[in-house]
Amino acid sequence: MNCQEARNLMNPYLDGELDLVSGFEIEAHLKDCQACAQAYDELRSLHSAVSIAALRFQPPAALRNRVRSRIRDEAKVPNRLAPLPWRWLIPTMAGVALIGALSFLAFQNRPAANDLLAQEIVSSHVRSLMEKHLTDVPSSDQHTVKPWFDGRLDYSPPVKDLASAGYSLVGGRLDYIGNRPVAALVYQHRQHYINVFVWPSTEASDVSARALVRQGYNLINWTNAGMNYWATSDLNLAELQEFVQLLQK
Amino acid sequence: MQEENKTAQFEAVALPLFGAAYNLARWLVRNDRDAEDVVQEAYLRAFKFFGGYRGGDSRSWLLTIVRNTCYTWLQQNRARDLTDPIEDKLDELGVSAENPETLLLQEVDAQLVRRALEDLPIEFREVLIMREMEDLSYKQISTIAELPIGTVMSRLARGRKRLRELLLRRMGKEGLN
Repeated sequence: MNCQEARNLMNPYLDGELDLVSGFEIEAHLKDCQACAQAYDELRSLHSAVSIAALRFQPPAALRNRVRSRIRDEAKVPNRLAPLPWRWLIPTMAGVALIGALSFLAFQNRPAANDLLAQEIVSSHVRSLMEKHLTDVPSSDQHTVKPWFDGRLDYSPPVKDLASAGYSLVGGRLDYIGNRPVAALVYQHRQHYINVFVWPSTEASDVSARALVRQGYNLINWTNAGMNYWATSDLNLAELQEFVQLLQK
Repeated sequence: MQEENKTAQFEAVALPLFGAAYNLARWLVRNDRDAEDVVQEAYLRAFKFFGGYRGGDSRSWLLTIVRNTCYTWLQQNRARDLTDPIEDKLDELGVSAENPETLLLQEVDAQLVRRALEDLPIEFREVLIMREMEDLSYKQISTIAELPIGTVMSRLARGRKRLRELLLRRMGKEGLN
């Protein structure tokens, strides 16, 4: 091993990340070469200087308690993670309604479940803007955003960049909708943000786009190629529809 | 019942890592109050995503969320902290480029090291904090910072080299005073 190679491997050697053979080689070199041995000593003392306990920041005692109680508050919020009894109730309610109003229901597709979901989607959208937490992976590059979801979700959401049409990709985020972690893709059109939530669909066939309004937000829901999509924004319906059509292309 | 269970499980996994989470956040945002806000938000987010945690390396899991929360926060509040450009070409690690001065770290006090570390661009600072203070492996750092292992390795080497130079410079200045 020459000096240049030894210098290159010094850091992983110090960090215990070197394989056994290279480790032996660098040890042998350090025995023979005083200049490298000195450089290594310096590196080691730098390592000890940085890893001393005095440089660690300790959290204030009150913070841990505050965070704990915030989490417990969060656990009590009912709507966010729909509690189990409700999930049983939805089909039951739909069933009762079916008997009473057959003709009307034939026209609408599972209103109760979708209603609850739409509410959750809007809440998530609003929260993402309010908490200043739009993205976990801020990037306009679809090839950065898509792989980011690998290992975080058990499916891979399609990610499309529509910057050329005026809808630029801002990034991706992990969110929680309908009792499961879902991918949220964030787009921007002028000053408006669009959240697109994507997760695998339980429907066997594609469902064409349907528009809803909740709390002044427009929502469009559709199913395509086994994925369920919800797009929501304060953007006007015409533009949101245009965006959805571009996304579907 | 189910919710209580989830909360208890989350606390068992995440609270022992509170010190590590705070230390990382504090070094990334470089300010006590902001670090407190960021850690609180990171924990709430971690709790929200806890359903997606499938066991395994809890430190990597939690610190990834903490780091992401820090970056989002920095981007929204102090974007200039993230624009420190680090040149792409590898800093010379060669023998010839070695500074002839010898760094006598026995004489360096912790405050000096702290200030030098704070001056490092975030890309170097974060890998150094994770490696030296949290004792994380290259693999864990690569997971948390979403970098290839080779990049973790070169950033550590370059970060240490820069830190050494910053220390020498600071020591030189103090020596003159």
